[in-house]
Amino acid sequence: MKKTYKITSSEGLHARPTTLLVTAVTPFASEVTMTYKDKTVNLKSIMGVMALGVASGSVVDISAEGPDAKELLDKVTEVIISNGIGEEC
Amino acid sequence: MLELNGIAVSNGIAVAKAYCLIEPDLSFEKVRVTDIDAEKIRLKEAFQKAKSELEEVRDIADRKFGEEKAAIFSAHLLLLGDPEMLEAIEAKIDDGWNAEFALQETSNMYIEMFEAMDNEYMQERAADVRDVSTRVLSHLLGVEITDFSRISTDVIIVAEDLTPSLTAQLDKTFVKGFITDIGGRTSHSAILARTMEIPAIVGTKTATRDIVQGAQVIIDGSTGKVIMNATEEVLNEYLEKQKKSEEERQLLEKYRSLESVSADGHHVEIAGNIGKPEDVELIIENGGDGIGLFRTEFLYMDRQELPNEEEQFTAYKTVLEKMQGKPTVVRTLDIGGDKILPYLKLEHEMNPFLGYRAVRLCLDQQDIFRTQLRALLRASIYGNLKVMFPMIATLEEFREAKALLLEEKQKLIEEGIPVSESIEVGMMVEIPSAAVIADLFAKEADFLSIGTNDLIQYTLAADRMNEKISYLYQPYHPAIIRLVKSVIESAHQHGKWVGMCGEMAGDEIAIPILLALGLDEFSMSAPSILNTRAQIAKLSKSELVGHLEQICTLTTANEVEGYVKKYLLK
Repeated sequence: MKKTYKITSSEGLHARPTTLLVTAVTPFASEVTMTYKDKTVNLKSIMGVMALGVASGSVVDISAEGPDAKELLDKVTEVIISNGIGEEC
Repeated sequence: MLELNGIAVSNGIAVAKAYCLIEPDLSFEKVRVTDIDAEKIRLKEAFQKAKSELEEVRDIADRKFGEEKAAIFSAHLLLLGDPEMLEAIEAKIDDGWNAEFALQETSNMYIEMFEAMDNEYMQERAADVRDVSTRVLSHLLGVEITDFSRISTDVIIVAEDLTPSLTAQLDKTFVKGFITDIGGRTSHSAILARTMEIPAIVGTKTATRDIVQGAQVIIDGSTGKVIMNATEEVLNEYLEKQKKSEEERQLLEKYRSLESVSADGHHVEIAGNIGKPEDVELIIENGGDGIGLFRTEFLYMDRQELPNEEEQFTAYKTVLEKMQGKPTVVRTLDIGGDKILPYLKLEHEMNPFLGYRAVRLCLDQQDIFRTQLRALLRASIYGNLKVMFPMIATLEEFREAKALLLEEKQKLIEEGIPVSESIEVGMMVEIPSAAVIADLFAKEADFLSIGTNDLIQYTLAADRMNEKISYLYQPYHPAIIRLVKSVIESAHQHGKWVGMCGEMAGDEIAIPILLALGLDEFSMSAPSILNTRAQIAKLSKSELVGHLEQICTLTTANEVEGYVKKYLLK
């Protein structure tokens, strides 16, 4: 399963939004990755996500695979929207 | 019971448990391992211990400093739980390396990656990775690392030395005093101890070796004595002494609201030195007539990037408002020497005290300087601001610095931003060349402020941090007395006032001489203000002037000190 988001928070995926995302997906059993500019990282890895250096206005793909993939992606959407991190495309 | 002696640098008596700050030895061997599973378990255990420790640190920081300061530790916890990092380390263990090496290799890879990113914010994350991996490494090696934020009971810090940034983190609620192996009366940690009003003893040489973690320690900041595991008799003696010095302090109270005036009616200003905006409270509590030195470099320290204009503006405005119109002398950035900003990436110098620092750096890196000047100018309308430039050696430097200030002022006026019309612009006299031609400077500067700590070090060519030559730190050296005399006379000839913001200004022996020489402003650490006011109230300036000629014929610092003690101390 895959969803695409546009990151709109002014500083891109900095520590606060990254922390929120990583913390939100970690409890799920499914594997989850984020792809940005042809690079794919584990969304449960804060260093991986920060290392992508996602800037404001960029589009990222988030893919989940596993038993609770749908719930996981719903949670991602909720966290991204309710914290003003970005929007679903 | 064990006694040590050091240099007493900040008065008071403290009794508390020793908290030894030891740079942990985290060295290890790179070795091959055969039992891969056992090595992985060792790694996981170290991670687990680091995690519980960090949770504890976070909770303490949260209680003590609030959520914002604690957030850094939450971020560290998240790094610690990063599955990719753990996998990468485990992959290296699978290759047959020991956990320490696998950890270091992996964290170095992340550190290099963050440092290479073209984004200041991300570059800072390298420090977080380093911090977290050091914590895990310490558990792998079974070495304890120290952590100021975990202090939650009364302690006396014992350290080889305290850097200015470490000292600034000290929380007075729990830190009752400190003892260091190295340093002298004018080292920055000593000055800060006086600002914080906690007793401190420096230069004990062996404190970190002799004092046992957690042992009961007594320090007497007036004699320089350190006593570990005192007998009950000795302990009671010091508790009694502590009570007495508190009583003396109360006696000084009456001078708090009095004017600074000599017995024969000569008025002077007794001001305070501060390093951070919150230090203003101490100056006000001690009845200071103003601020004679606001060291602005502390705004630049303990951080990863330069403070912006807005941040600086807020700090200056806070200080000026709190001083309610009393004179407030702000010294522009004095970085370099022993005060280094890692983010400025200055080249290592053989002689930093004779090198690229203070106004020299500011005139070269004008962006930094202009930002500070703008912030100061904007804050000027909130009080009685006076600006001075540090480390001026030539007239050109003073003219250029002043011209930049006027340029920024003009820009602000054109932008419609209000700026005070009565800002005095002066300079520090701390380089002998400036002292010798003070008459030329006095024509162009609104005031001169003598920085004795550097003036003494430069005049006697003696590094003030070098204990082997500490005997050369001589405030009463006839050369210093002559220089100070000539600076004051030169300034007065041109109708300008002279201040002194070095340690000498609050020195019991120097005060009668300075008063006789006509010094207008004495600026010192807050706890010295009331003592100085009380001393000056008992001295008659005209009587002191009668001794001047005699003092100027004395040939050594010892003779000067002996003379003052014999005739001028009341």
